[in-house]
Amino acid sequence: MRIADESLTAPHEEHVQEWAEGVYELFKAHHVELISFVPDGGHKRLIACCQSDPALCTVTLTTEEEGIALAAGAFLGGKRSALLMQSSGVGNCINMLSLPRVCNMPFLALVTMRGEWGEFNPWQVPMGQSTQAVLEASGVIVYRVDSVEDVCPTVEAAIMLAFQSRARVAVLLAQKLIGTKNFMEDDK
Amino acid sequence: MNLLNRRDALRTLLSARGKMIVVTGLGSTAYDLATCGNEPLDFPLWGAMGGAAMVGLGIALAQPEYTVLVLTGDGEMLMGLGSLATIAARRPRNLRIVVMDNERFGETGQQKTQTAMSTDLAAVAAGCRFEHVRIIHQASELEALRMDLHTLDDLLFAVIKVSPEELLRVLPPRDGAYLTHRLRAALLGTEHALEA
Repeated sequence: MRIADESLTAPHEEHVQEWAEGVYELFKAHHVELISFVPDGGHKRLIACCQSDPALCTVTLTTEEEGIALAAGAFLGGKRSALLMQSSGVGNCINMLSLPRVCNMPFLALVTMRGEWGEFNPWQVPMGQSTQAVLEASGVIVYRVDSVEDVCPTVEAAIMLAFQSRARVAVLLAQKLIGTKNFMEDDK
Repeated sequence: MNLLNRRDALRTLLSARGKMIVVTGLGSTAYDLATCGNEPLDFPLWGAMGGAAMVGLGIALAQPEYTVLVLTGDGEMLMGLGSLATIAARRPRNLRIVVMDNERFGETGQQKTQTAMSTDLAAVAAGCRFEHVRIIHQASELEALRMDLHTLDDLLFAVIKVSPEELLRVLPPRDGAYLTHRLRAALLGTEHALEA
């Protein structure tokens, strides 16, 4: 029998998701008030920050494309929003991305990456490897972040690009920086 | 049983509409809305199938002072069933979802949808814990629904069983950027509508 002992390992354990508070502060500073998500371990701390602030509206989604339609509605009503998701959900979004594109709406997604840096689960690899190409083919401008110190400057630039130039923007947070999910296995 | 004419039903629902925002799904419900006029508070979708209810949720959360009606078809609603779970969990008191259920994919050759075969959309909504669920079969029930749209201070889901007859396609504007600006200008004023 194989017993899995799941652990999240990152290059600097003490700094895991230390960027989350910084991103939360950027949401506040730029009036990004509606946060929707399909949870991911890489967004755990950011989701907790947002949910603990009663001034932010958080929406738990059943699938990622809901968040795109939600963001469109929020913009129609005059609110800025962001979608938090994992790379495996990007494929779910392709057709719905036509909505902000055709309607000339801003759209901001923060995407934690799977399937690229020492991935344990082969089922994550196909979507992880095609995430950037799929987003770009769908008209989304992609910023990629590989190191912790670049997270906040990149997210701030993405917020400004999305809302000041009404662009569709995704920030990919590399698996290397959020940590590789491992299942340390022993034969028992 | 005589099924309702969808456009007669909608005209009843939207009489004395006031400042109600109406989002439609793509296809028949967008054409139905166009037969009622072409208003700044209309937002007909021409694509994004499965997304109408979530667009409505976004507007409802951003504009709690407005009543938001999502008007969509059974095919569009079936593609976004998960959104009923998402919406019920948030329970915005100013959102209403009305499904014109003709049990057909009307745009593609009148193929039967799952509501013709097995699915009860009202039961799905009830299962997601929508507290107020209606199924309308007769014209005499429409006035009570119309009143609920305006006066109920809670999330509402209604299915109107309508005839699958094919009707003249009355087309709303399909320039998404225009529709977006028109609605934002009506809600936010022209100056704010140009910002983001």
